[in-house]
Amino acid sequence: MTGRGAKNNDARGSATRYGGLRSPYVLRGIALGYVGLMVALPILALSVRAFGDGLGTLWESVRRPDALYSLELTVLMALAMVVVNVVMGTLTAWVLVRYRFPGQSLVNMLIDLPFAVPTVVTGLMLVILYGPQSSVGRFLTSRGVEVIYAKPGIVLALLFVSLPFVVRSVQPVLMGLDKEMEEAAATLGANRWVVFRKVIVPSILPAVLTGAALSFSRAIGEFGSVVIVAGNIPMRTQVASVFIYGEIESDNPQGALGVSVVLLAGSLLVLILLNLLQRIGRSRDA
Amino acid sequence: MREKQVPNEERAAAKSGEKGLVSPVRRTIGPEKLMIGAVVVWFSVLVLLPLGAMVRGVIETGFGESIRSLGSPIALHAFWLTLGITVAAVVLNTFFGVIIALVLARQRFLGKLLFNGILDLPFSLSPVVAGFMFIVLFGPHGWLGRWFEAGGIRIIFAVPGMVLATIFVTLPFVTREVVPILQETGTEQEDAARTLGANGWQTFWRITVPSIRWGLGYGVCLTTSRALGEFGAVLIVSGSVIGKTQTATSYIHQEFTDFHYAGAFAASLVLAVASFLMLMTMEIIKRRVTARME
Repeated sequence: MTGRGAKNNDARGSATRYGGLRSPYVLRGIALGYVGLMVALPILALSVRAFGDGLGTLWESVRRPDALYSLELTVLMALAMVVVNVVMGTLTAWVLVRYRFPGQSLVNMLIDLPFAVPTVVTGLMLVILYGPQSSVGRFLTSRGVEVIYAKPGIVLALLFVSLPFVVRSVQPVLMGLDKEMEEAAATLGANRWVVFRKVIVPSILPAVLTGAALSFSRAIGEFGSVVIVAGNIPMRTQVASVFIYGEIESDNPQGALGVSVVLLAGSLLVLILLNLLQRIGRSRDA
Repeated sequence: MREKQVPNEERAAAKSGEKGLVSPVRRTIGPEKLMIGAVVVWFSVLVLLPLGAMVRGVIETGFGESIRSLGSPIALHAFWLTLGITVAAVVLNTFFGVIIALVLARQRFLGKLLFNGILDLPFSLSPVVAGFMFIVLFGPHGWLGRWFEAGGIRIIFAVPGMVLATIFVTLPFVTREVVPILQETGTEQEDAARTLGANGWQTFWRITVPSIRWGLGYGVCLTTSRALGEFGAVLIVSGSVIGKTQTATSYIHQEFTDFHYAGAFAASLVLAVASFLMLMTMEIIKRRVTARME
């Protein structure tokens, strides 16, 4: 497949002709046009608007204490969630693949539920269960633990919405894992811990990191569940997405620009990281 | 079904020692039980208990009250609007999603890697930022908004903007489900059909569509459930005017902040049931596909 020849061949190849379209360029034009208009152009518009007045103005809008605090809180909460999610997600995937227990298929099916449940409903469910009006919430408050309208509630909401990421990315890798390697290691005298560390961890690591990156990027942007659970007090429980919402609602889009650009940059970075991880995974398969 | 296939000795072991715990790897007590216990507790605290609490909330407020609040004109309008926006987004994203998938799977061009990367952005970008982008682009001073404004068409704080925002957040689903199938099936059958004299449309409808239909169905389910539940992006571009641009999710949010819990609970339960049905459909599709592969 040398450069031009391959391209020409692909472009004119019969496989790409659909709907009586004479040329693949029509299909490609439609695809590029749709994504360009719906995704690329809005991003470009936001970036031009943000950087249009110079970096100084943009920096001013990020430097506000409440903006900086919201970003800091967002990253901290997301990191806390990622740590728990990596441990529990990997454990869940392991248990689902390796063991059998009553209720297993229910757990396996409902793992995807957080993707299907609207985020507002997630927030509401958590408030009903752990909020000040519930008996669980009252019990926790009497022990001095505030969940709802406090930081633990934010982490809880983030954990719910990103629950499937680690499980669903590790599960297939564990299923495909060659048990002979583990058995060989065990035969050669490795104990369970050594087998886990030297055989299992290296093979699932890219998948775990992929799940972690996906949940992190979901968490820094999460809005619906957090806005209901967090209480949204500036400088205390207001995350970045809620800060942006507040600025737009109070008719100050200028103030929202800085934090928006930071979140956009964060998403782009995670995308690049995911791409790298995917390549590592693929080169390992080959 | 599965129980019956377990060999006798394993069943005996399960009965005597570890109830219902049959490990295909090793049959020891201890860490396994602990791990399963931890996962079950974790899952209950995070998913099952909150779900149960919501159902109990609806029961406690009473069905009569719940149905009354769902029947209010404001709630009905919100649900119809959500349904309309969802249908529009699903139709457009399915149509264009298949085209994008065909281009990604079958064509090679300069900048394809970048194109592929940009396509995933809606998954990782905050919905609030997504909504904000559409305000900047289609607002009265935006590049395209200015133009529409001159023509007397409102995009932002109106239904078209809400459809655009929903399209944005659900754009990659169909493509991401269809591309791997297209890559796996290859073009042999399509080429054969064409050699036998089928034209482009015939090949597409008789060969390509049947081969991608399960992936397509899965992608449509994902798009639908995300569109029904989208909140942040749509809230930002809609302005959430009650009875005009208020969707089901922003109705729930508003009822909740106004302490009208009955309305919020009932509407939440409707959306939760809808998403559960979507999940069931997806599960059925998944089982069909794995059954066929075996």
